[in-house]
Amino acid sequence: MNRNLDTALGLGSQNPVWLRALTALACAVVVLLFAGPLVALLVGAFSGSHDPSHLSLFPTDLTLENWRAALDRNVLRYLANSLIVVGIGLLLQMAVSVLAAYSLARKKFRGAGIVLLLIMATMMLPEEILAIPLTIVLSDLPLLHLNITDSLPGMIVPLVAWGFGIIVMVEFMKEVPRELEEAARLDGAGEFRVFWSVVLPAVTPALGVIGVFGFTMIWDQYMLPLLVASDPENYTLPLALRSLRADPEVGIGIVLVAATLAMLPSILAFLGFQRSFMRGISSGAIKG
Amino acid sequence: MTVLTRPETPPATRPASPPTRRRTSRREGKVWVPWLFLAPALVLFLYFKFIPMGQAVVMSFQDVQPYLGNSWVGTANYRDLFATDEFVAALWHTAVIAVFQITGALVLGFALALLLEGQARRLWFVRSAAFLPVVVPVAVIAELWRIIYYPTEDGIANQIIGVFLMEPSQWINSPDSSLLSVILVGIWRDAPYNMIIIIAGLVSVDRSLYEASSLDGAGWVRRVRYVTLPALRPVMVILLTLAAIRAMRIFTEVFLLTNGGPNGSSEVLMTLVYQLGFARNELGVAAAGSVVLLVATIVLTLAVRVGSKRRNA
Repeated sequence: MNRNLDTALGLGSQNPVWLRALTALACAVVVLLFAGPLVALLVGAFSGSHDPSHLSLFPTDLTLENWRAALDRNVLRYLANSLIVVGIGLLLQMAVSVLAAYSLARKKFRGAGIVLLLIMATMMLPEEILAIPLTIVLSDLPLLHLNITDSLPGMIVPLVAWGFGIIVMVEFMKEVPRELEEAARLDGAGEFRVFWSVVLPAVTPALGVIGVFGFTMIWDQYMLPLLVASDPENYTLPLALRSLRADPEVGIGIVLVAATLAMLPSILAFLGFQRSFMRGISSGAIKG
Repeated sequence: MTVLTRPETPPATRPASPPTRRRTSRREGKVWVPWLFLAPALVLFLYFKFIPMGQAVVMSFQDVQPYLGNSWVGTANYRDLFATDEFVAALWHTAVIAVFQITGALVLGFALALLLEGQARRLWFVRSAAFLPVVVPVAVIAELWRIIYYPTEDGIANQIIGVFLMEPSQWINSPDSSLLSVILVGIWRDAPYNMIIIIAGLVSVDRSLYEASSLDGAGWVRRVRYVTLPALRPVMVILLTLAAIRAMRIFTEVFLLTNGGPNGSSEVLMTLVYQLGFARNELGVAAAGSVVLLVATIVLTLAVRVGSKRRNA
């Protein structure tokens, strides 16, 4: 008997034809079930049908009409808001993460344990749970007495410090050999030089991991923009979807265009950084 | 990892290491350096995590009236909260969603992992395609499923169940099926995530055990039952915990699919807190709801920590 012992089910090329056909069929069903609806959404954004119950994998009559109509509904503004939030937010988030992680991974100091514990604790405090007091804090920042509600900065700053990003970075930075750092110090490198030209270049794969996770995390934000934005001019794309759908004057085609615009960047980020993504997801096993 | 890097060090540097260490300790004597690097993160956490958390606790014991000043009311907010049918119903709905969504996503994720485990390029493609729902924003997924759930006979979900000779359903528009509709979307989104983590776990299953079980004449059912599943136990525990913590604060899906309706049939804890806080302006009661949620999260996390530590010991 010919057995494949590499996998639990032993599926593979040595299986009889009927079993291989069944496996292929199952794979096709999986693709159709999970990716099919997303493809149908994309196709719908380019087709002329205005039936709100209809989605198809095959375009019926290809048109850019929906996209032209979407422009009149301020969709570009929502897209720009989303891109600004994710662009600035991600940059700041990665900077704050690598700085904090450098200290936690490479320095021994009194209080390091408590800091790590506090950072872990913040991961139990997502925007959802803090919703109400968070809006109060954002409307009157302690000491600074600034009101950043109903503004893009209000959607950015609460996301900049992110426990997951710091913890992942600490794990990677711990692995950078001490010898590299010692050599640089012997050459007279200061603290920031060691951080910038020795440790940071050694963890570029980790930058990919926290970059792609941070992007997905910020792009997927819903609660925070919902709490912060009241003027539609400040809506992000995900937030705008609901008001577009609820507007009787807006057809399903425009909603599909906005949904496609909200969907594509995250899919492209995933496909482009798939290796980083899978590495992060199976090593960290944390989401949130 | 330091253990792994050590052999790369030439033996000649060994004797030189004591002076190096002394230099290190002198350098690390600058106590403010680590705190300088940590400062941005700590300040931001203070502002947007710890101060709001403190505020939530304080507000939960207050009658919060913007511009009029808050007054202490003791535990009245908590008593109000637990006395309302809405809160009890929301707790119940959250628990139902958690149990069925987590179980469904874990079973389906496991099945997907078994099917798609392996090195072939074809499998890699199928896995990537199946993973897409995980990375797409929840808001997009909710709008997509609103179309799929369109409650006429032409609706996609109704056409699919029509193949199996089932009557068309109202899905998110009926109190009888609103919770089920939310759960199905959750399973669809979470199963591929579980699949990837389970596949990563499958890599570490000892292949010689497969061989041994095969020599004993065990088929694939017994192999999965007695070799694969026990080996995946730690992975499953992690997945279960994270899913439970996430399920307690489920918001966006419900908010966009049903908004807690119809008739409160799918109201969960977070949609209720949002309602109380922003629609009815009962900030104190809403804060009490948030604190209950926070305490539940902490208790669950610690319980799992303690439980897993005891098992390891």
